[in-house]
Parts: sequence; structure tokens; C-alpha cells
Amino acid sequence: MPNRRSASIVFLSLLGLFGTAAAQDTPLLSGGIAFVTNTTGGKTTYIPLIQPLAAVPLGNHFMVESRAIVLEQFTPNSTGYDHSHFAALTYLQGDYIASRHLTVVGGSFLLPFGTYNERLTPLWIGNFQDESLAEPIGQMGSGIGLGGQVRGSLYSSARTSFSYSAWFSARSANQQFSSRRSSGGRGSFYFPEQRLEIGASYGRLLQGTHENFVGAYLWWQTGDGGFRVRSETMRGEHAYGYWFEGDYRPLHDESGPVNFMRRFEPVFRMNQTFRIDNAASDGVPAQNTQQADFGLDYNFPHNTRILSSYSRQFSPAGNVNIWETGMVYRFLFPAWKGH
Amino acid sequence: MINARLKIFAAVLGVTLASGGCLLAAQNDSQGTKQESNQGNKVHHTMPAETGQQEGQRVFAENCSRCHNAPQGFSPRIAGTISRHMRVRANLSAEDERALLRFLNP
Repeated sequence: MPNRRSASIVFLSLLGLFGTAAAQDTPLLSGGIAFVTNTTGGKTTYIPLIQPLAAVPLGNHFMVESRAIVLEQFTPNSTGYDHSHFAALTYLQGDYIASRHLTVVGGSFLLPFGTYNERLTPLWIGNFQDESLAEPIGQMGSGIGLGGQVRGSLYSSARTSFSYSAWFSARSANQQFSSRRSSGGRGSFYFPEQRLEIGASYGRLLQGTHENFVGAYLWWQTGDGGFRVRSETMRGEHAYGYWFEGDYRPLHDESGPVNFMRRFEPVFRMNQTFRIDNAASDGVPAQNTQQADFGLDYNFPHNTRILSSYSRQFSPAGNVNIWETGMVYRFLFPAWKGH
Repeated sequence: MINARLKIFAAVLGVTLASGGCLLAAQNDSQGTKQESNQGNKVHHTMPAETGQQEGQRVFAENCSRCHNAPQGFSPRIAGTISRHMRVRANLSAEDERALLRFLNP
């Protein structure tokens, strides 16, 4: 309890204590506010939520950043609505840019295993409300590490670049900073001319079963960024799986005027998970499962999106339909009004 | 315990919303310095395209755009913070961070 309060005080304090920042380095508040609905097998839930993010640069080399989530979940019942709430810090980390090629991260951070956890979990970024079925593989339970991380761009040129991340996390049973003892890393090559990124991840759980995880991913987009493909596969000792996603963003085609139709963004994602055994409770479906997601998003002006999708999940436990809709607004502004 | 957590994050929410209201004027001011395209997700600047900006635009298209659309209408006072955040999150090189900053706030 004191730890949670302390963390929250830090989160709040960072927003207002550093008034001497340079003109371009004012601390920022960003995040997303959303209202989403999910209907799975005929059962509907309504979820208003906010996901604020704060980034506070300190001098030329330091930065503190944090993200939190607050949501309320409403489920209709025979007399009205059942509701539950959830509020938590997602991460709270300090970054020290040590050199051109090295950034040291300390605190509570998103595990850099694969791509989804770090890149697509912000609700104003992801094309679907839900993560892929295979995403829990390699995320050590919470997707959060508590400890240290080194990362950076080792080599970068006009034709190729190589970036890396490596972490060590301690075990923590703290409710706000829950993590498992683990280590791992990720390396990736990016080819700017082809807009192609390929990478691999490794993680090792250093408590309990001492399980190994490996993953690989490939991202590609067309030259104008209008069409993107993202794909990832991961394997643990109890389960493995993959997902791939394609989306088309007509707004990135500058050849014609913007109109109503060009703000639509069709999306498709395929997920599949395979069980090796059920010895671990790892968040992956207990039986082999496949799911196809068909989405249609709409990009309003002023940082607002509508997300909608229909999914069909196939599993020996029963096939279900999943309908999701939501509206997301992204905010981004300085933490205070300055000069 | 639950009530305490709620209070804490209600405070976070309060600060966020309060800041948003107070800083709306600043956000509007910043929009005068940039000319957003009518495409909704691209940011074009009033200055003629220079090499540095083109380089920054390339960095944005190749790195940031892989995950998300360009945010619209943000204040130039946070351009450096955004660039540094992207350097850490997207593993940008130091050169790419500088180019991105020139693009966001020429």
C-alpha cells in the first residue's frame, strides 16, 4: 500500500516540479480516453477507460516516463449492471541516455519481448481492442519487469540499422509493480529502403520452472506507409503461437483529396495458439485455439478513432463470436502552460 | 485498500483533466505555428522543405509511422520531449532523434 501511494505521488510530482525545462523539453501529458464495448458469446461489457502517459525530461540525458490505466467495467444483469473497476500503474521508468548507442532504463518497464507489448498496447495505437491470443507467451505473467534494461541503436545507416534491448527483472509481489525474476533481450534489423524489420527475442524465467521463451517477428510497410503487415511468432515450453495483422490506411496515399471513404481503415488479424501441455497457467487458451479478427476503423480528424471488429474464435471448448466497438481520443499537450 | 487506490488514481485523472483545460490555450497557440495538411494524419510545415526537415520526415515515416499516425496540433514546446521519448521507445539513433526534432519543430 505505501509503495503504491509512493509511486502515484512520484507520477504526480513529475508533472509539476521541473519548471526549468528548455523550450522544447517541457514535460508532456499524453494518453487515450476511450469507451469500448465487447460482446463475447452474447455477453456484453461496457468499459470506459483512460490511459494517461507522462514523460518528463530532466536535463540532457535523463527522462522519467510512466503510464497508468483506470477503467470501470459494466456488465448488464437481470436487475441492472454489475460493475468492477481497475486502476494501476502500467510502468514507471527512468531513462538515462548514456551514449549514442546506449540508453539505461531502470524501474518498472514494459518487457521488450517481441513487439506487441511495447508498441501496440497503448489504446490510441492498437488497431484492435484486444491483444492477440499468443501475446502472453514470453511476457512472464505481467509483461512488466522490475529492474534494469539496456537498449539502443547499435548501428544505423541509410540502408540498415540494428537495435537491441536486454533486461533483467527481479521478482516482486507488490501489487502495483508485480513482476517475475527473468532476463532476456531482443535484437532487430531494419532496412529503411524496403521498410522491412525483422527481429528475434529471447526470455528466460528465473523462478519456478525456469522456462525459456523465444520469439521472432517481421514488420513491413509500403513506401507511403499505406499498407502494413505485422507478424510475430513465439514459443514457450508449454505453448506456442503466432499472429499476423494487415491494415490499409488510405490516408497515407497523398495522390487524392481526403474524403469520407479514405478515413476508413480495414484491418485483419489472424491468431493461433497451440498447447504443448497445461502445466502452466500462462494466460494462453487451455486448448488449441484459432481466431480471425476482421476490423474496420475510422480516423476522425483531431486524434479520434473509432475501432470496430468482428472475431470468430474456434476452439474445442466451443466456437464463439466476438463483437467489439469503441471510440478513442488521444490527447497530447504540455504539462503546464509556459513561455 | 481499494478506496485508497481509487483516490490515488482519481487524483491522477484530476490532474490530467485539469492540465488539459488549463493548457488548451497553449495547444491552440501552437497550431498557429504549423499548417496541418487536410489529410488528417500528416503534419506539413509552412516553411519550405529543407534537407533537415526532409530527413526528419523520413525518420518519422520509417520509424514512428510503423506503429501510429502522427498526432495533430501539439505544442512545439514538447517537441524535444516527444523526440526523446521516441528515441528510447523506438531505439532511434542520436542522429535520427535530432532529425525528428527538426521535423517536429523546425
